[in-house]
Amino acid sequence: MQSNAHDFKRRADVALEDMELQKALGLLKTGFTLKRADAVAALPEFQALRGVGREIKEHTLAHLDFYLEAFERNVRASGGHVHWASSVEEARAIVVQICRDAGAKRVTKGKSMVGEEIGVNEALEAAGVDVLETDLGEYIIQLANEPPSHIIAPAIHKTKAQITELFYKHHAKHGKTARVTEVAAIVNEAREVLREGFLAADVGITGANFLVAENGAAVIVTNEGNGDLTNTLPRVHIVTAGIEKVVPTLEDVSTILRLLARSATGQQMSVYTTFSSGPKRREDLDGPDAFHVVLLDNGRSEMLGNEFHEMLRCIRCSACMNHCPVYGAVGGHAYGWVYPGPMGAVLTPLMVGIEKTMPLPNACTLNGRCQEVCPMQIPLPAMLRRLREREFDEGLMPWLPRAGLAAWAFLARRPRLYRAVTGFGVKALAWLARGKGRLRHLPLAGAWTAARDLPAPAGETFQQAWQRRQRGSGS
Amino acid sequence: MSITSPSTRPRVGLFVTCLVDLFRPNVGFAAVKLLQDAGCQVEVPPLQVCCGQPAYNSGDGADTRVLARRVIEAFEGYDYLVAPSGSCVGMIKEHYPRLFATSAPWQGRADALSRKSFELMSFLTDVLHVTGVSARYAGTATYHDSCSGLRELGVRDQPRALLASVEGLSVTEMRDANVCCGFGGSFCVKFPRISQRMVSDKVRSISDTGAATLLGGDMGCLLNMAGRLKRAGSPVKVYHAAEVLAGLTQLPGIGDGTKAD
Repeated sequence: MQSNAHDFKRRADVALEDMELQKALGLLKTGFTLKRADAVAALPEFQALRGVGREIKEHTLAHLDFYLEAFERNVRASGGHVHWASSVEEARAIVVQICRDAGAKRVTKGKSMVGEEIGVNEALEAAGVDVLETDLGEYIIQLANEPPSHIIAPAIHKTKAQITELFYKHHAKHGKTARVTEVAAIVNEAREVLREGFLAADVGITGANFLVAENGAAVIVTNEGNGDLTNTLPRVHIVTAGIEKVVPTLEDVSTILRLLARSATGQQMSVYTTFSSGPKRREDLDGPDAFHVVLLDNGRSEMLGNEFHEMLRCIRCSACMNHCPVYGAVGGHAYGWVYPGPMGAVLTPLMVGIEKTMPLPNACTLNGRCQEVCPMQIPLPAMLRRLREREFDEGLMPWLPRAGLAAWAFLARRPRLYRAVTGFGVKALAWLARGKGRLRHLPLAGAWTAARDLPAPAGETFQQAWQRRQRGSGS
Repeated sequence: MSITSPSTRPRVGLFVTCLVDLFRPNVGFAAVKLLQDAGCQVEVPPLQVCCGQPAYNSGDGADTRVLARRVIEAFEGYDYLVAPSGSCVGMIKEHYPRLFATSAPWQGRADALSRKSFELMSFLTDVLHVTGVSARYAGTATYHDSCSGLRELGVRDQPRALLASVEGLSVTEMRDANVCCGFGGSFCVKFPRISQRMVSDKVRSISDTGAATLLGGDMGCLLNMAGRLKRAGSPVKVYHAAEVLAGLTQLPGIGDGTKAD
């Protein structure tokens, strides 16, 4: 997927004016955020569990080669295939080749963020394969020809009325000619249309929430059951996953599962947790004839050895974006690539390149709420700051803020000069305010005064007043 | 308030913070009064400037370290560093030790200063065990939790406990008191429209409480929220919590003047 992260500021401004989007985003606060709070409050050991989950991931990352090789061995032992892709191009080529070899005409897809990272739909369509997204949210945005705006609720930016219109426009060819307006009717209509697709598919592609080293299983959690129909009905099942998704044991999966749904949707568990291990065995009633896992690196192994390695603990739960006031204001599309919100603001520069994506790490108040809710205790604000350090060190900061920063630092390093300049400054501002206590406009401060007044200084700094009083009291 | 003997009175260096120094000296005097009332000997190192946060959060490590060393030198001789700001203390307490993680003499000095640096409300309650103040403020107020104080230092109950002892004051909680007001240092001028949305949401939460006064513990957030309230023509008065606790509310609130527009 092409990145538009460089254009974040303009895209954010557009999003702020989009009233339908704002209405849709309003539901985020009352939905995921409150439900997570209730779920966390109902589990006394939640905070301790975060520490355990973190340790599982840290241990795995410290021995990632070992666990990945064990996973590969166990997938092969159960009759599956493992493919290693160092780049999105390689991953794309592998998936397309598997589909070609299978003579596939139609592919169904479960929701996969790595699939988005790879751009697998575009690649398959270019190869003449029909792709049908089967997660309801993904299906909606596929109809709208848009990328996901959230990692677990891809169509969260869409209102019900917009979905009604999309279905009305696209479902006539399936014999559905009435506008469906109730949630249950919308879901039913999607189910009926998707069912044809499930039954016709040659290949099913899913992501993975976990890859289990000890038995070679790929695990997905879903709420709709679409994942199960995607990975059992077609002849071929392809799993696309990042290399950081591996964990050592099934026991580890169950520990992290206790964190995942609570952090994501506030559920204790997702409705479906599905373990796919290899193709159909002789005694199985159903399942694919072939099972492939495509393991994607795309910058991850580099992160493993640098100061961003903690980001590899991310389990893609979306708690960070659900609690991010910036995401809550502008939604996911403003971020311009696959991963939005705080985790996206860290991952996008690392995967796409820092020089084209720096608005993202800067578009953060460092309020720390993301880190507070992250089930894996990832220090997201510190990572965003580290990216800013890279930007500064590599000379990528735009000249205006850089000049402003340099001028301020020049003064701040010279306390006496600073006192003289600021002493004059507060006097001037107080004079300009003329007793009104605030300034409506101020040259060079337009970004501040566009939305708010500037409370005026008192006319004397604390240091000046303090020293005057100290002299006055003779001490 | 039991510490009265001069020999046991802790020597506190007041870290004024840039924004209090420039925009609201009254907060500095309020902090001095609260600390003195609690039995501290308060001094104000004259050559202090900034904790370095603007440079730190912009990725300018070299300038950050220069400024941090200045603060360490100016304050390490005191028993405590206290500041009326969770944000600046968060910088000194949480981030200074990381700045010097690889440079031996400064690392120890940063760690030592970190251990004795406190946000004002937290210092009064957690260290000095002050349980109440003798101040009056008539009316209803709502309190905004500033992010750094809340999440880096755990400042939440301390200001509320102290405010509960102010005669005539009742505190009513706003919706999303712990959600960022949209200030974020340079964020508010780099992304003014997003900041505007965030502060507008905050102002709505404040207004919905019906409280006549907004209180907080950090000047950056207070300037942001006061500026937006005043732009919207709101009559809500804005004070730093220290001003109310010290009984220094004779002057107009932040953003209010002695003359009408």
